[in-house]
Amino acid sequence: MEKVNFSEFSKYSSRVRLNGLTKQFASLDKDGKENIAVNNINVEVNDGEMVTLLGPSGCGKTTTLRMISGFENPTRGSIYIGDRDVTTVPPNKRNISMVFQSYALFPHLTIYENVAYGLKIKRLGKEEVKQRTDAAMLLMQLNGMETRYPNQLSGGQQQRVALARAIIIEPRVLLFDEPLSNLDAKLRETMRDELRALQKRLGITSLYVTHDQSEAMAISDKVIIMKDGDIMQMGSPKEVYEYPSNRFVANFIGKTNFLPCIYGGQGNGGAVVKINDLRYELPQPGDVNQLKPGQECALSIRPESIHLSSHNEDQGVPGIIKRITYFGVKIEYEVESGDGTTTMVEIYNPILNESFSEGDRVFMVFDRECARVLV
Amino acid sequence: MNKKNRGNSFKMLLQQPILSLCILMIFVLLIVFILFPLVNVFRLAFTSNEGSFDLSNFISIALNSNYQYTFLNSIKLGLVVAVVAAAVGYLFAFSVTRTEMPGKKFFRMMATFPIITPPFVLSLSFIFLFGRQGLITKGLFGITTANIYGMHSLIAVQAISFFPVAFLTLTGILESIDDSVEDAAYNMGASRWHIFRTVTLPLSFPGIISAMLLVFIQSMEDFSNPVILAGSYSTLAVDAYRLVTGMFDMRGGAILAIILLMPTLLAFTLQKYWINKKSFVTVTGKPTQKRRKLDEPHIIWPLFALCALISAFLILLYGIVLIGAFVNVWGVDFAFTLDHFKQISIMGWAPLQNSVTIAVISAPITGIFGILIAYLTIRQKFIGRRFMEFSSILTFAIPGTVLGIGYTFTFNYPPLMLTGTALILVIAFVFRNIPVSIESGQTTLLQIDPSIESASAILGADSGTTFRRITLPLLRQPFYSGLVYAFVRAMTAVSSVIFLISPKWNLATARILSLFESSQYSNAAAFILVMMGAILIAIVVISIVVNIFLTPGYIKQAGRMEKNARKINQASAKRR
Repeated sequence: MEKVNFSEFSKYSSRVRLNGLTKQFASLDKDGKENIAVNNINVEVNDGEMVTLLGPSGCGKTTTLRMISGFENPTRGSIYIGDRDVTTVPPNKRNISMVFQSYALFPHLTIYENVAYGLKIKRLGKEEVKQRTDAAMLLMQLNGMETRYPNQLSGGQQQRVALARAIIIEPRVLLFDEPLSNLDAKLRETMRDELRALQKRLGITSLYVTHDQSEAMAISDKVIIMKDGDIMQMGSPKEVYEYPSNRFVANFIGKTNFLPCIYGGQGNGGAVVKINDLRYELPQPGDVNQLKPGQECALSIRPESIHLSSHNEDQGVPGIIKRITYFGVKIEYEVESGDGTTTMVEIYNPILNESFSEGDRVFMVFDRECARVLV
Repeated sequence: MNKKNRGNSFKMLLQQPILSLCILMIFVLLIVFILFPLVNVFRLAFTSNEGSFDLSNFISIALNSNYQYTFLNSIKLGLVVAVVAAAVGYLFAFSVTRTEMPGKKFFRMMATFPIITPPFVLSLSFIFLFGRQGLITKGLFGITTANIYGMHSLIAVQAISFFPVAFLTLTGILESIDDSVEDAAYNMGASRWHIFRTVTLPLSFPGIISAMLLVFIQSMEDFSNPVILAGSYSTLAVDAYRLVTGMFDMRGGAILAIILLMPTLLAFTLQKYWINKKSFVTVTGKPTQKRRKLDEPHIIWPLFALCALISAFLILLYGIVLIGAFVNVWGVDFAFTLDHFKQISIMGWAPLQNSVTIAVISAPITGIFGILIAYLTIRQKFIGRRFMEFSSILTFAIPGTVLGIGYTFTFNYPPLMLTGTALILVIAFVFRNIPVSIESGQTTLLQIDPSIESASAILGADSGTTFRRITLPLLRQPFYSGLVYAFVRAMTAVSSVIFLISPKWNLATARILSLFESSQYSNAAAFILVMMGAILIAIVVISIVVNIFLTPGYIKQAGRMEKNARKINQASAKRR
């Protein structure tokens, strides 16, 4: 069998650009305000990139995806794929593909017919349809299942069929609408890695919608975090995790503690902050340009950047252990400090570290490099 | 909606010419064949001979005490029948869905059978049983002065004819009430009767009202039963017909038609927009496991006895017609004969052939058209979508009499001179029977994940292709029920047909009516039997055809696998 070259997607530019994209739904509120689902967002997805739209439900990520696919009309703004303005082009003429949350396999067609559907719509010759379908089925390890029906397949297999069906038409852009949310946890990880490997290998420009931050981190070149229709931050997984630009992102990507503090300007060893009269110098505080000395702000410290000690060292913050949860890979402590705030602390590799009991007095010591100052 | 938004949707629609054309075509058809005739009935009623606006005719009829009496008769009959039919329907629906009584399948069949039987059949068996030569009145009690004609008979016949409507509505409602609610009440120590009174009945209340409104509409527009059994108890549908055909008073007919239309339209609007919103059906989406239904003997046996009694009566009614077709002269000479069949084979063959032809042509058009409208109104966004939905199911509330008068008046003149053709009958049947196709299609569509169609669209299929290759095969079940309904209704319609038939295109039901008018009851019985045979054969043929052409492979394959599994099981059992 002749191999079909699947890596020819990048023949044309398939950059996706969203310019001032806005979606207002007819008002459902009593005050008569228009319900803004997506608010004037600008996004650029480069050729072959995998970009994730991440956010809690109702943040506008799915609406954005549906506008790119053409199932929803933007109220304002435009959508470009390559150099073509597709804002008013119907879905079937955009030359994009989508993997749906429910897979949306055609229940009355066989697996083969499902996969071949897009090619048959294009009225390609019988030989070509067969050749390309066979190749796609082989690629997705679906060979041997040609005559089965979707309801006879397992969840993972159905997922593969949905993928095969989506890539076979060689779309300029591939959209994913929470495709893994129907799989159980173990399978989700396997499929996630498979999906990313496939996307890289084929070099398809992809947009991926999810509310699962670990999934987003694992597969994306770039993560876009949304909330209430606005983009909160855009960047590589590393950037958004290590340098969150606001409290929402810091808390949504991973977990974090916010310690109330006062900004004290620039010192010799970096930005200066004060917590309860203790003075800390932070070498990498993030973006502090907008802060004025004396202003109240928050210190974001992730639970894994703190360790506990029974005696005061390195300006530790004192507290009492309120709750302990044992996970095996780590221990989670909830520590209450004098002013009543609780702080989460995660200690990995519990066997090698000193362990504490509920009620113990401890000092929380944190790495200066890992602390960020947020407004 | 935002202006720009609309502009964008419009632009998108323009890029799908076939879809736009389809929508436009449906709008034109709905306006020409539903709204225009309806408007014409009003025009006819409210204009003078010179064509200027004139209320005097309407007022004189409205003030005429005879017609006031007729109006009240119709309303009274409608209300009583609604209550009786809903009660019987509830009895059957509750027994079938909520208890473990034996013979549920049989009772389900008995409670739907009257829907597919020809008109006149129940009236005829009432005459056979209770008339002057009646088997019970004269034969059993020796009464020779029995008066079968009047309101009492009408109530009985209409209640039996229309309780299936209530039954179907109520089964749907009762099945959708999550029975864990009842279990919860039982757990708290409530008795079965208390649970029924405080939980089940209140939850099914919107369904009961809805069923009563539907039965009320059916009773109001019923023509075939009152025309035979009413006697001096006049009703609107019959009076309108008599005015038009007996006294050639089209305007008077139109005015009565409007008076008939108002209550049915009101009931329909209430049912559609008020009751439907009120219903608190408990759908959780989680598949609840099958629960043990009521099986206490002191509950199921009384219910069983009632259902059995009513079913026995139904069987008696149909059985009497079967016998009546084979005896010489009912009540006088009960000798076996085939003469009636010979006679109707001479005089009834042509109308029967016409009826079948027109039903065969109109049913598939109705089915496809209904599914198409269901698809457009549920899945597509366009300006006027709500208007399309409302006007297309409006005919359910328009009595056949009104539609018949509107059609005769509208299509008597160029450019659409259709009176006397077969086409006008086909069109009338299509638009009159389409609401059932639309509604069952809509219900099914709402249960199909829309992303299945989105998937087809994004793979490059336009709306037409998606509809043909994806949606239509998935809508096989509602398509089938719409098809059967359209066929049966086309075969059995009376009220609209009597205005539209012509010497060339006479139909079976109209022929049966004329047999009644000349008191040829046994011939009528034979004719009705032949029609029932034709309808049953047609239903079988339709289901075979739909099965062959529209059964999705996965069902066929599942069936095959099941068969294989059974074979293997049998083989292994033998070996053992």
